[in-house]
Amino acid sequence: MTYLGMPKAPRGVGQLRGDETFPAAAASALSNRQLRTNLAHATSTIRTKRLAAVAELDDWEQLRAAGAAIKDDVLAHLGDYLVQLERNVTARGGIVHWARDANEANEIVTSLVLAKGVDEVVKVKSMVTAEIGLNEALAAAGVTAHETDLAELIVQLGHDRPSHILVPAIHRNRAEIREIFLREMGDVDARLSDEPAALAEAARRHLRAIFLRAEVAISGANFAVAETGALAVVESEGNGRMCLTLPRTLITVMGIEKVVPTWRDLEVFLQLLPRSSTAERMNPYTSTWAGSVDGQEFHLVLLDNGRTATLADPKGRAALRCIRCSACLNVCPVYERTGGHAYGSVYPGPIGAVLSPQLTGTAANASLPFASTLCGACFDACPVAIDIPSMLVHLRARVVDEKRADHVLPNPEAVAMRAAAWSMGSSRRWRRVLRLLRVGRVLGRRSGRIRRLPPPLSAWTATRDAPRPPKQSFGDWWVRGGGRS
Amino acid sequence: MSAREDVLSRISTALRDRPTAPPIARTYHQRNATAGIDLVDLFTERALDYAAVLRRCDASTLIATIESVLAAHGARRVVAPSGLPREWLPTAMRDEPAISVAELDQVDGVLTSCAVAIALTGTVVLDHGPGQGRRALTLIPDLHVLVVRAGQIVHGVPDALALLDPTRATTWISGPSATSDIELTRVEGVHGPRRLEVIVCTTDTAATTKGTLS
Repeated sequence: MTYLGMPKAPRGVGQLRGDETFPAAAASALSNRQLRTNLAHATSTIRTKRLAAVAELDDWEQLRAAGAAIKDDVLAHLGDYLVQLERNVTARGGIVHWARDANEANEIVTSLVLAKGVDEVVKVKSMVTAEIGLNEALAAAGVTAHETDLAELIVQLGHDRPSHILVPAIHRNRAEIREIFLREMGDVDARLSDEPAALAEAARRHLRAIFLRAEVAISGANFAVAETGALAVVESEGNGRMCLTLPRTLITVMGIEKVVPTWRDLEVFLQLLPRSSTAERMNPYTSTWAGSVDGQEFHLVLLDNGRTATLADPKGRAALRCIRCSACLNVCPVYERTGGHAYGSVYPGPIGAVLSPQLTGTAANASLPFASTLCGACFDACPVAIDIPSMLVHLRARVVDEKRADHVLPNPEAVAMRAAAWSMGSSRRWRRVLRLLRVGRVLGRRSGRIRRLPPPLSAWTATRDAPRPPKQSFGDWWVRGGGRS
Repeated sequence: MSAREDVLSRISTALRDRPTAPPIARTYHQRNATAGIDLVDLFTERALDYAAVLRRCDASTLIATIESVLAAHGARRVVAPSGLPREWLPTAMRDEPAISVAELDQVDGVLTSCAVAIALTGTVVLDHGPGQGRRALTLIPDLHVLVVRAGQIVHGVPDALALLDPTRATTWISGPSATSDIELTRVEGVHGPRRLEVIVCTTDTAATTKGTLS
């Protein structure tokens, strides 16, 4: 299959892989009660709001279908649209760079920043620069990157990691944020209250001077229009406008899948995105610009970093439709309980479970396709109709196939599956196995559930209870006339 | 091979199965879906939802309305971009020559017109043409007073995009700056102007507000 040979996002840079598997990371997240309380509150709030925002449009399903179709067209002709975008950005005074992966993008941005002779930059919240670990690369070159989105600032000052695409500090409550500001900002009155308004005011004061002096800004992009060279950044706080407008140099890093064919296509996405992400009719600010504006020097970095590997899998490529709204996170019963850190990637939740393993190769993120109950809520919520449940099943198969290809000796799971296939292959064998299972009745006598099995079956019960086997199987009961009343 | 050639060649390899995308069905509401809708009323209702302050006036009371809005905020040092009718605010500081960023940080407010407004979402769009100023002008001052002529109000996002020049920088404003980053509680006023005052001037009502542009 074609995706096997494609270069993936490299190891050792950026944030697409966790240090531990999802089950291990989830177990520790689940034992954190504060985290679970914060997450339950935040996700239930946004879920209710999103439903209302979506219900208001009677053409929502048509917008969704159009959004999916536009993105599929982009993916089918991706090379053409990127070349067209490059031509139009260049024609309007911008400079376009191409980066195969995170390392290359970080080198390009770092050398552009160093060439300006500055030791700090301001940043608009951007998933892609978190994906490639740009802040760390800049720090290694002696450049301080100031995150200016309130949530990103909370994460940065807390020496923490983002846990949600839209609200990266969703795992923190107001009291924790107040503590972080008092400890880290250095210019905050100790009487600071934990009211969100007071905390936002503290952030405004802290960042104001930095905005006014910064000479270089770094942003991501929500959309890039091939036919005109226009880029769009969608935001709420005005920190995006500050970064895009004031510094004399602007560097925008975008994944190659962010291109859309025409200006008109924005009429679909500017309706889908705000209602799906912040559950508003429109986000407070959207900025668009084409090339260099008001004499500003403008660089656009087009990044692959595993996107072409994702594109190569016909059953997985629709993950590249994603517009990073985060609606799927908020409706996911798994995300709601574990939070974003357990996924190990800047892309958590259902979309992360299908996107991260494709960007890195499934071997590097083998547990993520299993981090789901396949309930399908994410598919319903997705504004570009990505069939995440089917894609998860497909990726689970990829993980198993790759494991089988790698292992000379089959692992216990493969042995168990093969044994199950053999015994289910004939009704006689299967009935005999079920009768044998009755010895399991010595376990779980009190609760009717088996909580811990001896190895190697302990691998199963580590994350689930097993039911105590019944006295007789349904088949035996039926044969003995239990079906006749 | 350059990174550009490499990425482009990876893309063609990845698309070896030659996927065909179905035609894009634009069956969602197109432009001018405005039958029986009063655009000024709808825009007013939706803009107010964002905690923007909105007043309605007509051409004869526009100047008095501008004065009273600025007085209500105690705004004395107010900037006006070039191209804004001088009589709207004769005392305004003009942005010619360009006012420095540091100075903009000290003024009380800015008064502008707009390019187009969207009723359905309560959005005002600037294309930074005459009367709207360069982008920094409407970003740094803490008070933004925006004059929308009734004839500039269109129904939905598709209508607005069709009227805008995609090669110009545009700024779409829906209420004052806001954040929901702390416990998803909405807080108005972060980095952009914390106070947004919209004045809808309804002289050119009747024919022009019902879905067509003046």
